[in-house]
Amino acid sequence: MTQGFKVCTRVCVSVFRSITLCVTLNLHGFSKMYSMCFSESVVKSEDFTLPAYVDRRDYPLPDVAHVKHLSASQKALKEKEKASWSSLSMDEKVELYRIKFKESFAEMNRRSNEWKTVVGTAMFFFGITALIVMWEKRYVYGPLPQTFDKEWVAMQTKRMLDMKVNPIQGLASKWDYEKNEWKK
Amino acid sequence: MAPEVLPKPQMRGLLARRLRFHMVTAFVLSLGVAALYKVGVADKRKKAYADFYRNYDAMKDFEEMRKAGIFQSVK
Repeated sequence: MTQGFKVCTRVCVSVFRSITLCVTLNLHGFSKMYSMCFSESVVKSEDFTLPAYVDRRDYPLPDVAHVKHLSASQKALKEKEKASWSSLSMDEKVELYRIKFKESFAEMNRRSNEWKTVVGTAMFFFGITALIVMWEKRYVYGPLPQTFDKEWVAMQTKRMLDMKVNPIQGLASKWDYEKNEWKK
Repeated sequence: MAPEVLPKPQMRGLLARRLRFHMVTAFVLSLGVAALYKVGVADKRKKAYADFYRNYDAMKDFEEMRKAGIFQSVK
């Protein structure tokens, strides 16, 4: 029982280590999972209190536009936007979109190969845990009780068959009492 | 930004379509699992018990166990 508990804690630790590894390496998406407030890599301290831009599938219209400070041509474009939209060219429409949004839904939802890193790291630490457990079995644990010896288990099984343990669907139902052997 | 025109995506009825798909799937899978369980587990078990007890002789069973020597009260 304590062996199982030790293995469980080691597996949990190995999973926790793989997660924190991915977080510290700032792999794709993990910084976004912290809060809704991360869009740039360098953020001034007071910006945390202001509404922030996020690319999230479940928050399609962010609190602010992506581009805060417009260039002169972008300001001119915003003025043109106040007029009829049919006068806008396709490139201007895309430019307006990119002012408002950082990534499109297709871009923000793109798949990645992160899962391979995660699975590989978890399996790696699982393997280290296996080595630790092997060392433990060899150098820490005492001998198994005699009830695990082959002869003892044979005597035990014979007694169970004599008692007709679970004769309908279980152990004794698999034994052929006429031929004195296991049913084929 | 090549000016290729993508086909217009499905704009309406998205929830209805998703709901229909999942309701149908849920019904089919649950009924299927229930039917398989009834046949493969429940009916099989009932048959096993019926077959076992059809020609069961408790005294004969007891005698076999007694001869095997598992009892402490009778030898």
